[in-house]
Amino acid sequence: MEQDWIWGLVGGAIIGSAAAVYLLVNGRIMGASGILGGLVDGSGRSAWLERAAFIVGLVLMPIAFVPLYEEVDTHLTDNMVAVVAAGLLVGIGTRIANGCTSGHGVCGISRLSLRGIVATVFYIFAGGVTIVLFRHILGVI
Amino acid sequence: MRAFFAFVAGSMFGVGLLVSGMTDTTKVQGWLDLFGDWDPTLAFVMGGAIIPMMIAWAVTRGRQPALGGQFPAPPKAEIGRKLVIGSTLFGMGWGLVGLCPGPAMASLSYGGIGGLVFVGSMILGMLIAPTLNARLDAVPAAT
Repeated sequence: MEQDWIWGLVGGAIIGSAAAVYLLVNGRIMGASGILGGLVDGSGRSAWLERAAFIVGLVLMPIAFVPLYEEVDTHLTDNMVAVVAAGLLVGIGTRIANGCTSGHGVCGISRLSLRGIVATVFYIFAGGVTIVLFRHILGVI
Repeated sequence: MRAFFAFVAGSMFGVGLLVSGMTDTTKVQGWLDLFGDWDPTLAFVMGGAIIPMMIAWAVTRGRQPALGGQFPAPPKAEIGRKLVIGSTLFGMGWGLVGLCPGPAMASLSYGGIGGLVFVGSMILGMLIAPTLNARLDAVPAAT
């Protein structure tokens, strides 16, 4: 669809505004992996209610908007081996790097954090290489 | 109040991810795939998200968060191997199926069994990570 980039820009602005609310009101960096990871491994126990409330909104609010679309599909692969492997890599990697696309990407780059920029370069590069390997060379995804 | 505004921020984040198309893995993989049918959407999403946050960071200067406390400390300059190794592992998983933590959670309600399996695996990975982190900390840095 030709308007995809407009919706990308609009959705991006909503994402950035969400991060701005979390920063200016709650004083925290909106990083999806950090907010969830702190609950999972117990390192964020002190702010568990704030984290849980964020995740409840993140998981539940999109349902209210799904009826506005004719079709909503994540187009996720049926290859469950790939899904499990990817989930493990994302879970482990984001916790070792202390951030993902939202924390290092949106929140880091916007304050010109060198760590955020370096992390983003590495995960985009690794993602691109993975696509070339598994899609174009091995043909499995 | 903190929980309420966290809920508001999480809700906006989830809706933004849906509206932007970033819960559609073909768009994410399409952006990463320079040698396929390249999809520029992700760049617009990133640009659209970074602009309000640049303004927000500028606003933090000399102020305190609305609900009290302190703003996050200035970013560290240190580029350790954990940042590089972790980001590389994350990128591999991200490229493999086209999901990162935010969109994976935002699409849980309509992502089917695969989405649940992904989030379950991601949580398992997050449980394993502290052990790996401790090992990486124990290995002396190469000089």
